Amino acid sequence: MTRYVLTLEDSAAFEPWREMARAALQRAIPPEAIDWRIRGGETDLFGQITDDGDGLEALTALPVVKTVTLRASCIALLRDLLCHSDPGRFALAYRIAWRVQGNPHLLEVVTDADITRARIMVRQNREDCHKMASFLRFREEPLQQGEEQDGRRRRFLAWFEPQHHILERIAPFFSRRFTDMDWVILTPRGSIRWDGKGLVCSPEPCKRPELDDGFGELWDTYYASTFNPARVRTKAMRREMPGRYWKNLPETRLIPQLVAGAEARVRTMAEQELRPAPAFHERLRAREQLPAELMPDVAENLEDLAARVRTCTACPLHCSATQAVVGEGPADARIMVVGEQPGDQEDLAGRPFVGPAGQLLHEALGEAGVDRGALYLTNAVKHFRFRLQGRRRIHQNPEAGHVAACRPWLEQEIALIRPKLIVSLGATPLRALDGPGMAMSDVRGTSWTVGRGENAVWRLALAHPSWLLRLGEGAQGDSERQRFVEGLARLRDFTDQSGS
Amino acid sequence: MKKSLSQRLAILSDAAKYDASCASSGSGRRDSAKSGGLGSTTGNGICHAFTPDGRCVSLLKILLTNFCVYDCAYCINRSSSNVERARFTPEEVVWLTLEFYRRNCIEGLFLSSGIIRSSDHTMEQLVQVARDLRLKHGFRGYIHLKTIPDASPRLLEEAGRYADRLSINVEMPTVAGLEQYAPQKKAAGIRQAMGEMRLKIDAGRERSHTGRRAERFSPGGQSTQMIVGADAASDQDILASSANLYGSYGLRRVYYSAFSPIPDASALLPAKSPPLQREHRLYQADWLFRFYGFAFGELTAGRADGMLDLELDPKLAWALDNRALFPVDLNRASKEMLLRVPGLGVKAVAAILRARRHQAVRLEDLARLNVSIRKVRPFVQTPGWSPARLTDRQDLRSLFSPAPQQMSLL
Repeated sequence: MTRYVLTLEDSAAFEPWREMARAALQRAIPPEAIDWRIRGGETDLFGQITDDGDGLEALTALPVVKTVTLRASCIALLRDLLCHSDPGRFALAYRIAWRVQGNPHLLEVVTDADITRARIMVRQNREDCHKMASFLRFREEPLQQGEEQDGRRRRFLAWFEPQHHILERIAPFFSRRFTDMDWVILTPRGSIRWDGKGLVCSPEPCKRPELDDGFGELWDTYYASTFNPARVRTKAMRREMPGRYWKNLPETRLIPQLVAGAEARVRTMAEQELRPAPAFHERLRAREQLPAELMPDVAENLEDLAARVRTCTACPLHCSATQAVVGEGPADARIMVVGEQPGDQEDLAGRPFVGPAGQLLHEALGEAGVDRGALYLTNAVKHFRFRLQGRRRIHQNPEAGHVAACRPWLEQEIALIRPKLIVSLGATPLRALDGPGMAMSDVRGTSWTVGRGENAVWRLALAHPSWLLRLGEGAQGDSERQRFVEGLARLRDFTDQSGS
Repeated sequence: MKKSLSQRLAILSDAAKYDASCASSGSGRRDSAKSGGLGSTTGNGICHAFTPDGRCVSLLKILLTNFCVYDCAYCINRSSSNVERARFTPEEVVWLTLEFYRRNCIEGLFLSSGIIRSSDHTMEQLVQVARDLRLKHGFRGYIHLKTIPDASPRLLEEAGRYADRLSINVEMPTVAGLEQYAPQKKAAGIRQAMGEMRLKIDAGRERSHTGRRAERFSPGGQSTQMIVGADAASDQDILASSANLYGSYGLRRVYYSAFSPIPDASALLPAKSPPLQREHRLYQADWLFRFYGFAFGELTAGRADGMLDLELDPKLAWALDNRALFPVDLNRASKEMLLRVPGLGVKAVAAILRARRHQAVRLEDLARLNVSIRKVRPFVQTPGWSPARLTDRQDLRSLFSPAPQQMSLL
């Protein structure tokens, strides 16, 4: 079998390789028959220059025997691959390009040895980019003689030693981040220059410059102070910041002394004697000791009541809910609407009927021609009851105990507002207002009075809007919604007429 | 004598370091290519250095001041502590942030503060720093602001406009713990603030029906921190609290910070070395909740004392407690079940799902996916491999437990 020797520059340049690879694939030259070499490193394992194959000219002299296509995803992988510094990268790239011709799904077979190797190399390139973005440090260049800072862009310089040919890949990261300053990054694999208009990458190897703008001291101070001596874990540090980067990270000089002094610092903290608190602490605490005003047993107004409800711990619901949601509306409202309990949105916002069910109620009130602003809206239970499902809170009906614990608040609300009509939405407020004797199915849509004479109050029982939401938009949903609006229309009898 | 900038930097970064949150991620990508200014965010965050405590240095994490009117027992800045006090002006913080950023030392700023005078006064100062960075200096790097409970909604709104992430620390896993150790902090106030932030964050993500974006509000969401080992709360208490926080307030992260000794510590808290291993297990459990579909309750269900196993990672411990579900057939099992196999990570599972569409996955293939064969072996089944009685072995646990260590003499 004829062997071909193809030689490329030691860079990440994709096009030259692509030209050669295409020529070889078109002539069906198998991977074993090509010896990919790097210029300047044209030696074999034994340090001998072996030149026992034909060159590119001989290869291209052969007739083309087939057409070759590579998918964009494959080209992207190979392009990434060639940024690696492994001298075997050209051969691996060609082998993959060759094998893909017979097996178009090769790239998906992550357990394949070539693909695994390629992915590892690509990952290493990415890591190298990441390390460069992380550990490169700029230093400001001093003004030259006669130069003024005013209006001039500030100039910075950096030195970094990347493992792979990643400069072109990483350059846009720096120009998009440090856009308003001029800078140069020097590396043994070339340099990048930015002047606010264009990026220039050069493959010319650079030497390490002298770098110090006097700012390192402040950074050292920060680095040393942010270290917690009570949790020394140098292994974790070395895993993330391997030793080879240290020589270009000035703050790492501090590591030995920080580690050496850690134990003593912790011991000092432990052995430190208790000292009296500073004077301002005593003043602050003295101010806190002022006796709080004693609250009377019964709330005098709605604000007072709200303050009490917010501190309620009568049932366990307060442990998981965000806050108690108190009623809202005019203090002299003629109609009071009592829902079940706050939902997810109400719990977060601290206001009743602001979630999807509240939305439906508002729409229905509008259709029924009832002014929402005239109503006092509240709930039978003031805290949200839910169970967690992953990251979601699923509404749960309150139990009799929760309703009972909350009833005193509802009773005080009624006593303060003295409504002429109380509308209950759903079964929970029905139970809270009228006891367990009534079934929702019997009374839905009906009204009745409780009390006599001056104290007579009308009651109206309607469905809960969240139940309507669950029914959805089908025939039943539509008719129930209609029924709900008709029920609400009866509120007009109480809002329209003044007096009585 | 007025302290130098360097002295104050030392004091105010030392005062801020007990906050574990350091992420500069989760805020999407943006850069200065169009604005011609300074700064970008990559979406994934970048760590610019690591200190010998194994933690990364990503953001300039400082307090505006360590004067504080609160007296929280666990805190280095509590009012009863004799720690040295200092304060920065907002301009100084802006200058430090920009100069460190230009030298590529940081991804941005993490700014917190002791409570001085009132919540609004403190919050106003924090917001001023963020506002100046964004509006005066065109800074597009990362900003994480602490939210002060009870600050006015106007300030919260402004903070959300400039910050990438907002956070408020619950510090103690239980309400009782908070009452005991942080008498001036109110759990209700913290929750209310979190609820308000959640509503605003959600609203900020929505688009109107014309596709217009709502006004930006903390695109990196909100996070919080709990101190581990200062009070008597068990892992179960802590994780239950996390579950509620994630579920109720849509937090991006809950950080667990092993309580570590501080100078001039309160007598309430005996000085002992921080429970790092416990903290590590809590983070693992948190990870299993966020990315592996576990419920927190499952992880502590098999533990009588409500504490996670310190010797084994929580997933392995769970698998050993639920052996009836294993071995799992690598070529047939659902993604959900594969995620529950000890030793298989999210990436490995994705790779297995991809590879098995084309050919059967064998045990030896797993080595190429960076999977420890020794660890997964008893729990999986592939062509050519069946763990047979291995899964049922009485001493399976001992195969994974770390080798016993001789106790130190002193």
